[in-house]
Amino acid sequence: MNSKKIIETLDIAKVFGMGDASVAALKGISMEINAGEFVAIMGPSGSGKSTLMHILGCLSQPTSGQYILDGEDVSNLNKVELAHIRNKKIGFVFQAYNLLSRTTALRNVTLPLLYDHSKSSTFDEGEEKAKAMLELVGLSDRMQHQPQELSGGQQQRVAIARALINDPVLVIADEPTGNLDSHSGVEIMNLLHKLHEQGTTIVIVTHDQKIAEHTQRTVHLIDGLINNVIHNGKKVLA
Amino acid sequence: MKLSEAMRIAWEAILKNKVRAFLTMLGIIIGVAAVIIMVAISAGTEATIQEQITSLGSNLLFVQSSFTRGGPGEGGGGSGGLVYDDATAIQNEISGVAAVVVEQNTSQTVKNGSTQLDDVAIVGSSPGLPTVRDIKVASGRYFNDADVQRKQKVAVLGYTLAKELFGDSNPIGQYVSVGTTKLAVIGVMAEKGSVGGTDFDSRLYTPITVVFQKFTPARFARIVGNRVFMITVEVDSSATINDVITQINLLLVKRHKLTLETADFAVTTQADIINTRESTTAAFRNLLAWVAGVSLIVGGIGIMNIMLVSVTERTREIGIRQSVGATPNDIRLQFLIEALLLSIVGGLIGTIVGMGGSYIFGLVSDMRTVIQPASVFLAFGSAAVVGIFFGYYPANQASQLDPIEALHYE
Repeated sequence: MNSKKIIETLDIAKVFGMGDASVAALKGISMEINAGEFVAIMGPSGSGKSTLMHILGCLSQPTSGQYILDGEDVSNLNKVELAHIRNKKIGFVFQAYNLLSRTTALRNVTLPLLYDHSKSSTFDEGEEKAKAMLELVGLSDRMQHQPQELSGGQQQRVAIARALINDPVLVIADEPTGNLDSHSGVEIMNLLHKLHEQGTTIVIVTHDQKIAEHTQRTVHLIDGLINNVIHNGKKVLA
Repeated sequence: MKLSEAMRIAWEAILKNKVRAFLTMLGIIIGVAAVIIMVAISAGTEATIQEQITSLGSNLLFVQSSFTRGGPGEGGGGSGGLVYDDATAIQNEISGVAAVVVEQNTSQTVKNGSTQLDDVAIVGSSPGLPTVRDIKVASGRYFNDADVQRKQKVAVLGYTLAKELFGDSNPIGQYVSVGTTKLAVIGVMAEKGSVGGTDFDSRLYTPITVVFQKFTPARFARIVGNRVFMITVEVDSSATINDVITQINLLLVKRHKLTLETADFAVTTQADIINTRESTTAAFRNLLAWVAGVSLIVGGIGIMNIMLVSVTERTREIGIRQSVGATPNDIRLQFLIEALLLSIVGGLIGTIVGMGGSYIFGLVSDMRTVIQPASVFLAFGSAAVVGIFFGYYPANQASQLDPIEALHYE
């Protein structure tokens, strides 16, 4: 495994509100995640893990500090540049799947390709790649189904296929098993393991210790600071 | 994002909500249809007026009693307005006059046996009326000078009136009761239709002397003459029309012992009447255009309303699109195109409804409609502009949403 840094944060802080009413959600996070790593961010609610995830996913920006993603400082980009970064480098998997309703699995998976400004394609052009992604997540027989016709586990697999279609450098999974029964949850975790083994860098945000134990490393947040980092000791690639 | 893809997304969004899309478009549909129908109606009215110019001939003068100064019987100069003898004087004393027709109208109940019609317009006239007014006699004859002088109790029926009184049988030679007087039917007029609000086909024509004697007896007729409402003068040529007007004014002022300032009559030309009509029509048309324009704007506000609701409802969808890399421009474009599609489709439906409506309106009502291609393009173009104008605000709102808030919107 190479040791190229995908994520590097330097003393990231995030403050909401102004003056007396301001709340510091993050108080200085410095961390590194290398290419091919599988990392969990854990913490109780209010610890700042969602805020950190939003910053790592380029959905928001730190109030201070630097965030270098894949060698590019993204701390001070504008809305449009951030959108392009999300499109090219990041794949999201959400707890609530967040698929477009009344839209087929295939269409949902091609969605990121439409917003690829460098070579914006149509649904039809992206179809081949989307089919390949759906096969990868084991849904080749459900391509024309709409989300409401799929089980939770299947919907989450569609979301994973969507996250992968633009060959992102980083997949961020926010409580990916939170809405699933334990059986489907295991399936999703197995799928993430499989992707990890294929070299995808994955950051998973969770409050569930069992889920976190699937990963190589768990970053514990408390009150906007890193409390400790635990190496889970298994599945660590050399 | 490619424009074609943005259109596809917008189109699919509309198809997912057909009923709402239709209700949203309704304002635009009504607005566009209203513009087209209104313009078609006023264009039809104008065309009718144009036809009147040609059908009535352009060399007519109308001398009418006017009571704007003083009023009848208020002493002034001892004149009681226009009288029958004025017409004779015009005929005899003024050069350049081709024909003079006098009309004195009244309305009476007309009967044939058990068939009774109330309030039929009775037109007492001199013999020249069919020529001057360009109405043909279909069968029989119109009354002549001799009939008028002898006060012959004869009648010429309008086309519809003849049908209503006599059905399919030939009315000529039969009698009709007008009020308490029996008149012999000597002719039936050809179908003429309605011109300028007057239904020429439901009138009854009789010598003016008969009307004076039987229907509108005046107390001082023997002294001041029989009053008439209007004298129609046909001029030899339109070149001398102003000269004739001056002569008539001078003659009548002298006969009525008045001055031009206190004249109790007015001379108008056909052009005057047409001008008045046209300016009325123009005002009418402008009013309609404004009303129709306002309904288009109301339609646009309807689109804005629904688009704002739609943006709120689809906040989550917007968040999803943002999370996979949609820029503010992408989102704005998507909603703008959706609003534009709604108004264009609404405009198309409105055009069809407007053209169909104009056609049907022309068939079922007695107003003419002439569809103006310019109004169709204008209405359709306005709809598109309205769509962009009122679609921009909601689209911009959508594009400014914060991705995190949008994603967590319930």
